[in-house]
Amino acid sequence: MEELREYAKELLEKKEVAAVIGYTQVSENRTKPIIITDPADASKLVFNEYCLNNLSVYLTKARINAMCRTKDKIMKLAICAKPCDVHSIVALIQENQVHRNDIVIISFNCHGAVKDFGYEFSGENLASKCITCETHKPLYFDKIFGEEKETPKASDAALARIEELESMTHEERFEYFNNEFDKCIKCYACRAVCPLCYCQRCITDKAIPRWIESSSHQRGNFSWNIVRAFHLSARCTGCGECDRACPMDIPLSLINRRMAMEAKKSFSYVSGRSLETPTLVGSFNEKDSDELFM
Amino acid sequence: MDKEKWEPKIVAFVCNWCTYTGADLAGTSRMKYPANAKMIRVMCSGSIDPVFIIKAFERGADGVLVSGCHPNDCHYNAGNFHARRRWDFFHELLDFIGIEKERLQFSWISASEGKKFADVIAKVTKDIKTLGPFTAYKKMNSEFTAVFPEIQEVVKETIIKEKETV
Repeated sequence: MEELREYAKELLEKKEVAAVIGYTQVSENRTKPIIITDPADASKLVFNEYCLNNLSVYLTKARINAMCRTKDKIMKLAICAKPCDVHSIVALIQENQVHRNDIVIISFNCHGAVKDFGYEFSGENLASKCITCETHKPLYFDKIFGEEKETPKASDAALARIEELESMTHEERFEYFNNEFDKCIKCYACRAVCPLCYCQRCITDKAIPRWIESSSHQRGNFSWNIVRAFHLSARCTGCGECDRACPMDIPLSLINRRMAMEAKKSFSYVSGRSLETPTLVGSFNEKDSDELFM
Repeated sequence: MDKEKWEPKIVAFVCNWCTYTGADLAGTSRMKYPANAKMIRVMCSGSIDPVFIIKAFERGADGVLVSGCHPNDCHYNAGNFHARRRWDFFHELLDFIGIEKERLQFSWISASEGKKFADVIAKVTKDIKTLGPFTAYKKMNSEFTAVFPEIQEVVKETIIKEKETV
């Protein structure tokens, strides 16, 4: 922890970065994001199992980018990222939203995080993404802190739920998802919190023509949730922030995960893992399967 | 409704350069195929946004057909390759959400395949007929108008007006 603070302080003092985006402790078992520009504030930084937010969502925000632009030069931005958040950053770099040289990735050896604030860290309360996590060490980083520890074991409830849904008939599934989406209040928290929902103007905000009805009745909710899931399919890195942000507890990441499984099965592609490969939906291969087409 | 007499509504999104021309050939060759498909011509299969299809279902379509040029035959070189990956995910997503795979079908039909066009339309119509009307999605519309009864009136009025003008 001290090393992290020292490093952040050094970066800011040497004016290598315009700001450090990190976590700060609010109370026991609860942290919040903090954007530090003053070296004296570096002591506020923390990293532990309660650092839940995926901070890479800030990288595409105009106000944050404006902080980096001074009169004579463009400064870098330092960001604290868990190994899974690094996947989001990689996806943003792949999609040309962020340049690798414009950011300093401060990462950690991670052994899991809690599913939400207010829980003690244990196998039982482990976040669903941590259960299947294979990258306890970040794939890309400029500086790494923390020691390697064992992740608590837990059963993969999300996968079991997907398999259960798959075994249902289409009518049952339609009814299940319709009831889930019916709860949606169109707060767009899932969109605000998603690092990959960076469109300046979302399709739901477009009024002429109005493709997706913005009032939160069943039909509009259904369309919105399909479009959200489709726009994230094969792009979602599975950070699970949408699930945590949703006030109505709609199983959003369940659908995302199902689509990620499809990407892995059909194209052996996992989003946000390599800076060298192009994105799956942004590229094509002439040898792709033609099975779907008559 | 009598299921025997019921005719499905199918929306076909077809590309300007291949399938639409193929449909034209089917027409000029006097080929017979079911009149259930309502064709919407777009410039390329790659330019069809999935929201078009969602909108079609919202407005009461029982099935959707998407058709474009054969791979390596695209007028824009790579439009259908991009589309192919996208449709794979969209099809899989709709299946997971609970929409039968036969409701949304895809095909490659070139400008010289008038016969294939007639066959594909016949096949899609037959598939949708066996599935029956898409009541699950249409029910959402009735609930929508139940929440906003004034809209139901507006819809009725516009339908009457449209009929008068025709």
